Amino acid sequence: MKAHKVGLEKPALQLGVDHDLCPGCGEPLALRMLLEAIEEVGCAQRAICVVGIGCYTALTPLMDVDRIQALHGRAPSVATGAKRMRPDALLFTLQGDGDMVSEGLQEVIHAAARGESITCVLLNNGVFGETGGHMTATTVLGQRTKNSLEGRDAAYHGHPILIGDLLAQLDGTAYAARASVHDAAGVARARRMLRRAFESQLRGDGFSFVEILTMCPTGWFIGTQQGPEYLDRVLGSVHVTGELKRDGRYVSTAALRSRAARAASRSAGRGA
Amino acid sequence: MTRRLMEGSEAIAEAALAAGCRFFAGYPMTPFTELLEHFARRLPETGGVCINAESELEAIGMAWGALASGARAATGSTGQGLALMQESLSEITRAELPLVVFHMARGQADYYQATRGGGHGDYRHLVYAPVDVAEAVALTQLAFDRADRWRNPVAIYGDYLLAHVAESVAVERLDFGPLPAKDWAADGTLGGSGRSRNVNSLGMRNGVKGIEPESFWKRLQAKHDEMARLEARSDAEATDGAELLVVAFGTLARFARFAVRELRRSGARVGLFRPITLWPFPADALRAAAASARRVAVLEMNAGQMIDDVRLALLGAAPVVPIGGISSDAAGFGIGPLLDAERVRGRIEDALAGREVAG
Repeated sequence: MKAHKVGLEKPALQLGVDHDLCPGCGEPLALRMLLEAIEEVGCAQRAICVVGIGCYTALTPLMDVDRIQALHGRAPSVATGAKRMRPDALLFTLQGDGDMVSEGLQEVIHAAARGESITCVLLNNGVFGETGGHMTATTVLGQRTKNSLEGRDAAYHGHPILIGDLLAQLDGTAYAARASVHDAAGVARARRMLRRAFESQLRGDGFSFVEILTMCPTGWFIGTQQGPEYLDRVLGSVHVTGELKRDGRYVSTAALRSRAARAASRSAGRGA
Repeated sequence: MTRRLMEGSEAIAEAALAAGCRFFAGYPMTPFTELLEHFARRLPETGGVCINAESELEAIGMAWGALASGARAATGSTGQGLALMQESLSEITRAELPLVVFHMARGQADYYQATRGGGHGDYRHLVYAPVDVAEAVALTQLAFDRADRWRNPVAIYGDYLLAHVAESVAVERLDFGPLPAKDWAADGTLGGSGRSRNVNSLGMRNGVKGIEPESFWKRLQAKHDEMARLEARSDAEATDGAELLVVAFGTLARFARFAVRELRRSGARVGLFRPITLWPFPADALRAAAASARRVAVLEMNAGQMIDDVRLALLGAAPVVPIGGISSDAAGFGIGPLLDAERVRGRIEDALAGREVAG
């Protein structure tokens, strides 16, 4: 299989630039932002990453960070045990939407409710990428997957979970945010959010959460080049990006969506 | 060291603390609950952490994280809770983490669960079955040592009586000799060095992309074979010239020991063999103990589980008969009417006389 490049200049915590994920995958970009954010907060020698099971698991050999491989869905409890024994470490999980929101929903919610001093990082592409594009708990209505062939139907398949909102409303959560790596600005924003989450953990504020929407053209059954546009339009219109909790204030995804709609109509008005 | 009257749960928790256990997580369930209570009270007093987990799945996950970062840690439950933990119990074995599991079972019907497990793949756990509180104190400390030495989970198989009967015991720290350094633990310090660690259950090695399942699983198999060769423990008494050999483990073996000693005093040619490790099953020692036996009677409180291991050990060298059976209290906690010295003695006498024992 041909190897693909993560980027031309790699972060210091990244071992090599080759990965074996699909062309157009957004996860290597997210990984890169994660590694840069660890360096930015000066925690290269005291970071522990607890990894879930998904495509991103294949990226862990690229990470020059102490790692613990967890079972599918179980990273938040594993991170809890490690953090309680290593309170000075920067503890974060790396999980997908199938891992965190489908299989392990209870884990992440309880970790947040406990105010556990860890950062849970969700790579959300709305599908089980590793199994070949199946519906998860975050798959949006209308999204076609291998087990929602005509598109996710609320009456038949149920509604997607906006995990950030669930977590942000818990008292134990200090910081919650959602980014998307569909464009350069989104990639930079993902890194800023990761840095803020880590800073919040290092201050001992409580639980922190960063969701990063990532492209999965293979699991979405679209062309590689269409990935970013599809992510922004299909997933991004439901899992709207922005900060859901900061400085004790919760802003719902619905509020972020209204804010985005107002901004869009203002810029459309200016264009007219 | 002073002796003190302690119930088994307290003594086991104290033994774990003496062994340097710094982390415990669990979810309440009879008869495991008091063990959790003692850890919850005592660990914070000694600089450790005990978390009241939101489920058994999280309890073992938390212990996993504590172990992977280099701490001595334990969890536990009863059979039902351990059934929930099976995925982690088998996978933690492949991650080669030194977990100690307190299996405070509801009776003896979890022998298969403890020795075969319900998890996926090839894996083995060392399983100790203490006969009383004093032995539980010693085996708990041994469990932490063997877990670290083999980098493999070790279980203590107890029950309602072991958890709740108070006995006069002294908890002294036992020294089992130096252990290898935990240089494999992910403590966070090696990031950016090119030598950062990946504590995983997939056989992933640094600098190597992908996994190598076959060679990894064969290496674990070789380790488990070595454990089987070296770690079997048992206790036997009055086996010289015994025509009937009674095999029993845990609490029920204590009743059997009492009955066998009484019968021996009255001249009966009966001996007792007690596996201390349920896995590895002490097959060689059992064969030696049964050398003169014309019959081997298996006393266990279940439908017949350990009897498989007894038959495998003896391979027809002597007839093997069950003299235990299902026996339960009204709540199903495993305190059945069979836990009675006269009844146990009667079953052994029946076996001596060659009478069928109704299970």
